[in-house]
Parts: sequence; structure tokens; C-alpha cells
Amino acid sequence: MIAFLLAQTIAITGGTVYPVSGPKIENATVLIRDGRIAAVGTNVAVPAGATRIDAAGKWVTPGLIDGAGQMGLREISAVQNTNESQLRGHEIAAAFNVLEGINPASTLIPVNRIEGVTTTLAVPNGSLIWGQAALIDLDGATIEAMRVRSPVAMVADLSEGSKDAGGGSRAGVAQRLRRVFDDALEYARRGPNYQRAQNEELAASSADLQALLPVLRGQLPLIAVANRRSDIETALRIGREYKLRLILAGAAEAWMIPGQIAAAGVPVLVEPLQNLPSYDALGIRYENAPLLAKGGVKLALMETATENTRNLRQQAGNAVANGMTWDQALRAVTLTPAEIFGVADRYGSLEAGKVANVVVWTGDPFEFSTGVEHVFIRGRDIPLRSRQTELLERYKTLPPKY
Amino acid sequence: MRQLFIPLGLIVVVVGCASAGAGTTSPTTAPQSAATAQDTSGGIGPQYTSTYQRHQNSAVLIRNATIMTATGQEIQGGSILLRDGKIVAVGTTVEAPTDATVVDGTGKWVTPGVIDTHSHLGVYAAPGTFAESDGNEATRPVTAEVWAEHSFWPQDPQIPLAIAGGVTTIQALPGSANLIGGRSAVLKLIPGRSVQEMKFPGAHYGLKMACGENPKRVYGQRGGPSTRMGNMAGYREAFIGAQTYRRRWDKWNKDHQGDPPDRNLRNETLAEVLRGNIYVQNHCYRADEMVQMLDLAHEFGFKIRSFHHAVEAYKIADVLAREGVAASVWADWWGFKEEAMDGIYENAALLQQAGARAVIHSDDAGGIQRLNQEAAKAMFHGRRAGIPVTRDQALRWFTANPAWALGLDSIVGTLEPGKMADVVLWSADPLSVYAQAVQVYNDGWLVYDRTDPAHQPKTDFMLGHP
Repeated sequence: MIAFLLAQTIAITGGTVYPVSGPKIENATVLIRDGRIAAVGTNVAVPAGATRIDAAGKWVTPGLIDGAGQMGLREISAVQNTNESQLRGHEIAAAFNVLEGINPASTLIPVNRIEGVTTTLAVPNGSLIWGQAALIDLDGATIEAMRVRSPVAMVADLSEGSKDAGGGSRAGVAQRLRRVFDDALEYARRGPNYQRAQNEELAASSADLQALLPVLRGQLPLIAVANRRSDIETALRIGREYKLRLILAGAAEAWMIPGQIAAAGVPVLVEPLQNLPSYDALGIRYENAPLLAKGGVKLALMETATENTRNLRQQAGNAVANGMTWDQALRAVTLTPAEIFGVADRYGSLEAGKVANVVVWTGDPFEFSTGVEHVFIRGRDIPLRSRQTELLERYKTLPPKY
Repeated sequence: MRQLFIPLGLIVVVVGCASAGAGTTSPTTAPQSAATAQDTSGGIGPQYTSTYQRHQNSAVLIRNATIMTATGQEIQGGSILLRDGKIVAVGTTVEAPTDATVVDGTGKWVTPGVIDTHSHLGVYAAPGTFAESDGNEATRPVTAEVWAEHSFWPQDPQIPLAIAGGVTTIQALPGSANLIGGRSAVLKLIPGRSVQEMKFPGAHYGLKMACGENPKRVYGQRGGPSTRMGNMAGYREAFIGAQTYRRRWDKWNKDHQGDPPDRNLRNETLAEVLRGNIYVQNHCYRADEMVQMLDLAHEFGFKIRSFHHAVEAYKIADVLAREGVAASVWADWWGFKEEAMDGIYENAALLQQAGARAVIHSDDAGGIQRLNQEAAKAMFHGRRAGIPVTRDQALRWFTANPAWALGLDSIVGTLEPGKMADVVLWSADPLSVYAQAVQVYNDGWLVYDRTDPAHQPKTDFMLGHP
């Protein structure tokens, strides 16, 4: 029994540790015990028998958290059979929670975690109300083992993408969303009545209305996808009207109104490397994330290409190149997303008691020259292998090794 | 590929592939080989030639920079002199002529202008509505008769973004819906009123061909091809027709006996491929399909200049080296469709190791803005896997090697005296994530300056917008 416990103790020693919750610590030790961080600092006693990882010259950070994507829900974008992210035919899919669609055996999981991303949001896709997103760790044989929190948020689209659900008009989208919300509140007031003798058809199914109640009671955040400034303002308006815990996602033109967003206390999920203009966001630009950070907006960064969730660090590096501070960027891929998704008590920083999602890097995590030496998820030292590393081994010298 | 939260730019990936002047002076002196060659096919005269004019710019000396030449040298404390659109001198002891604008390169890097072999700028322009969707003539599987330049919209607001990423030359290609999608346009990436003002003088046209999933998906329910074997039959049929056409025209060009044969646009282009004057640029993901395409090229006696999106090129790196075919690849795109499942970071490095010509390309209006970053990713992952790649080789992946794939390697792609002055000044090591293009010179013209709004072109489309 003692041997078993000791086997679960890992000491990462000698590295430059970036706890995120506090300033960096040179030559520090991160002690992991039974999947949790037991201690962080320069005066940490390493128990005899602990597995030692020499991190001298290395950088140690929390595992990166991507606030986007469809990890486990979408194996190959072009193959519908492998896509579980959308409840087709439902414009209002509030009751749809993606969790049971997740495939823990997805090849995308090893490919991305060995580049330092340990936790991702699994987000539904859809029309007006997409459903409920879950937060998962990128390790585990079962959905239960991967689950961090579910649901994390309800997702609704107020961008150009949901116009059809509003009869072709943004105004229609906003008005329909209000009808749904109003009916959900009405349903809460007269639920039994509704079941017995409904006089008027409600704006969504009873299951969907019921699923919205935690949102309308301020228990579950609403992630509102909006890019155009006016759509962001509509989202903020509806958020005020219904006293929602709002999170903005996409938010391409948010840089125009950081003060308004900060004053509303609304956090934002932004993909820094988005700057291609469309009618949904003609003002889209690389400086969005940096300007929001400067304006005091609570900000998490995203990489939305699920198969390349690993590029979250490139997103962060580019945000720095365009004006974010390095510390802001690291926080925006670790502790801030943990806060936004309500798991900062367990995730996002290197502090005693937190879940041991830890990455040992050869250098600055945002730099291309930096490699990943170790990835710990819930204290497990993840083998740095994936289907892609197997292909490399097979073809590294030709003819291939079959 | 980015469906969640920001549903922008889908069209190029799904359909495409995956996917102000300062006055004018003398015309360029670049060779006109391709234009000359076209005359021999009969009928195509000089009507579609470039009207590109070099912009007047004073001589420029960038000094005390780290200069990466893409010829094997990385010069610390180096200087480079640009005059009349040409690189005049590169080294540590270059004198500043009295009339030269001197740019302090301290702490900065200099490289050749970035070249992208695979772009849909202008043909799948932003804002990305049906109105700008001009990249695929998806009405029949072989459309060798169409030319990307006839779709190209020079007011695409994505063009200045690519310029700000250091890009000086692109190949704008038709999409990959078709087996044979049409001619490419090889362009100087500068603001222009017409594509003619941007056409790289003397550049060879490319012919876009596509393997695999896209043509069979697009035509599977529309008369075919619906299979990969159908794809192959389609290419062969097209080239068989072109062989006959070429024979008739070559004979007539030689003896001028009787009426000239009827012109046929489709065969005109394919005959030029058979004559070696138009370069085949072949979208092809899978290794086994690339080998099929090499068989096709051997059957008809043409060369494939470059495979594109060749995510499995590393599996046949030896074959590609032997055949002398370049492979235009991404650093890390993979997994978005079945034929892209085997993409690995080390693709370019393994090609390099095998002696094949690796190119990092974009196929994407986002990716084109950071080809330096993509090359860095590919280089460092290769190195970590124990594959030796030099910084110069990685630089060549987005400069000299794409120049070769477009047949322009004697004109652009390296920093050498006599080459066209396509030059980027970077804020930091271009293989760092923190580097940004500070200045971009195209044919000696300062087309972009990050520190000077007077040199940050906007296309007409962006005027009046935030």
C-alpha cells in the first residue's frame, strides 16, 4: 500500500515554475501526489521514493486550457458519421448536452495533449441555441474519467450564423431568443399547468425550456457567440434584461467597446489569429485580444480548429506579438479560462490542492523552438505518443517499417 | 476548419481545397519566356500579358541587420542595398550611396520576400459571399480552359493582410473541385487596379489539377467521376485529346499548310502543359495517389512541378526526390478529412532529409500571413525528431523553393545581387512566434511599413469600414 502511494508521488525539480496565480519561481519544485499538486516552491521536501523529474533549465506551467473546439465530438470534420456535436433539425437545442457524444478514444486527443493542452471545452454546434458545453481533461478511458464539469455553459449564437433561426434577421434572432427565455420563465411558473392543459404553444419543447432555467436563474453561464459590435451589444442588452451570467465568444469587434464589456463584468473568449473580414465582422483584427486585455476585459484565448487545438500556444504567442503582455497571455490560456468555466478552485494554476495538470517545456511555451518534455494530466505522466508519432516512426527511414 | 464560434472562411477550405502607387517608371526587364512560348500554340497572342510596372523607389540600404540570404548564409551585422528594383549588394561592408534611404536594421532580420505556391486570394476573396466565390468552375470536371486571372479581384481585402505578413509573390489557383481546374495566376502581391498590373512578368502559368476526394465528391452525383479510378480516367482522356490537338498545331505552326486547326481553349492549355510551358500544380494528399499521378505524367510526357497539400509526401520522399517534384505542404494541417489523416509535423523535414524539395504553402488567407511561423513549426518539430534541418533550409521552404516551383528561382527567392528586390525586414528572428514583418519591399518598392500608416495599403473594399 505504501509502495502504491509512493508510486503516485512525482517531484518536478529545478525548473522555472510559472504558477500563474503568482510570480514565477526559479529553481522550484512541483510536488504531485495522487493526481493533485501537493506543494509548489523552493523549499519543498521531496519524499523518499518519489519519482523525480529533473526540470533544470525547463519551464513548468499549468496545462493549457482551450475554451473552444469539439474535442472528442468530431473526429474528421468532413465525415458526418464521426461528428456528434450537433442536434440536427433543432434550432433551440438547450437540452442537448454533448457529454455522452464524446469519444475518449479519439485520435485527436493524444495528438493535441502531447503539445501541452490538457483541458478543453467540448462545445456543441447548432443554430440559435446550440446546447450545453462540457469541460474535459484530455485523458481517460471513459467519459466519466475525462469529465471536469458538465454542463459548463449554455451556448447561443447571436452572430450572422443564426440568422435563419431568426427568420433572416438579427432582430428576429434577438426577439426569438427573448420569447424562448420568457416562455422558459413562464414554464417555470406554470410547469404543471403546462403539462396538463396547454393553451398556447410555447417557443420550445418543455425539455429545452427546463434546461434554460439554470441560465435564467444565473446558475449556468450563457456563452453568446457574437462578432459584430452591434451583436455584442445585443448580447450585453439581453444579458442585462435577464440578469444572465454572460460569456462572449468570438467577439471579433469587441476591441471597439472594451470599456462597455469590462463594465458589464462579462468575460470574453477570443481567437487571436482571426483577422479576415466578413460581413459578420468587417472590423476584425489581430489587435482584438491585446486591446481587450489592455481595456481590463477578462479574457481567455481559443484555438477553434479542434484537430489543431495544439496551436493554442501559437495563438497566445501571436497575441503577445500584437501587444498583449506575456503574463496576460499565459493567464489567458490557463487560469482565466478556469475561472470563466467555474473550475478555478481545481484548475488553471500550480497551487497546492489543485488537479495536477502540469506541463514541462524546454523553454517559452509560446515559441516554436520549444518542445514538450512532460505532460501530466491528473498526475499521470502522459506518454508522448500519438497516431502521428507512430506514423513518424514508421516512415522516418524509407522503406517504411511495417 | 474553424466551425466553432467564428464561422468565417469556410468556403476556401471546403471548396477551395481543404482550403497606390508612387508613380510608374520603366517596365521590368524580366524574361518573357512563357509569353513567347504561348505564341507557338497558335491563337494566343500578347493580349493577356502583364502590364506590371515597377514602382519608383529611392535606393534603400538596410544596415546592421541579421541577413538570412536563403543561399546558406546568415550574416550578422549585415547590410543590403536595393536599387532600381534589384538587390545590388549584400554583406558586412556595403557602402551607402548618397541618395539611398538608410534603414537601421539593428536587432532586426532580413529575408527574401515570402512566396506562396498555393493561394486563393482574389478568387475566393473576402468578405466571402457568393459574389466573391470565383475559384471553382464546378460545372464540369475538366475545365482546363478557365484562367484564375479572369476571376481574380484585386480589391480583395485579404491582400494587404498577406502583404503585411511579408508575402511578395503568390500563385493564385483555381479551387480543387475539378480534376483539371484551370490556369493559375502568378502575381506580384501589390495593390493594383487590375490583375494585369500584378501579373509577374514572364512567369509560367500553372495548371491546377486535383486528386482524390474533392472531384469525386463534387461530381459523384453529377455524372462522375465518382471514384478515384474515375478521376484517373478523366485526366487521361483530357490529355489524350490534347496530344492530338498539339500534334495538329505543331504541324501547322511548322508548315503553315492550309487553314489553321480550330482553336480549343481547353486543349490549348493542356497542349502547353505537354510542351512543358505550363507547370502542373497538383493538389494531392495521399502518397499512393501521388504515385498514380506520376504514372500519368510519365504516360503523357509532362512533369508535375509540385504536389500541393501533400500531407503524405514523407511516405514517398525518396520517390519525389528522384522525380524532381516539389512538395508544397502545411506544417500541421491534418485530420479535417480522411485523405488528410496522416499529416505529420515532420513532413517537410523528412522531405528535406531525403533530398526532395519542400515548400510550405498556405491554401488559406490566414495561413499566408504567417508562412514563416509555419516553417518554424515544421523545422523545430523535425529537429526534435532528430532530423537535421538548418535555418537556411527552413527559410528556403517559403522563399527559394516556392520560387522554383513557380519557375522563378532565377529571379526571386534569395538575397543575391541581381535578384529582384523582394525583401522583408522582420522585427525579430523570423522563425520566432514574436517576429512581425516591419517593412516589405516588392521589386524595391516599400509596399508595407508597420511603423508608417502611409505605407499600409488598404483595398477599396475596406474604405469607409471600421
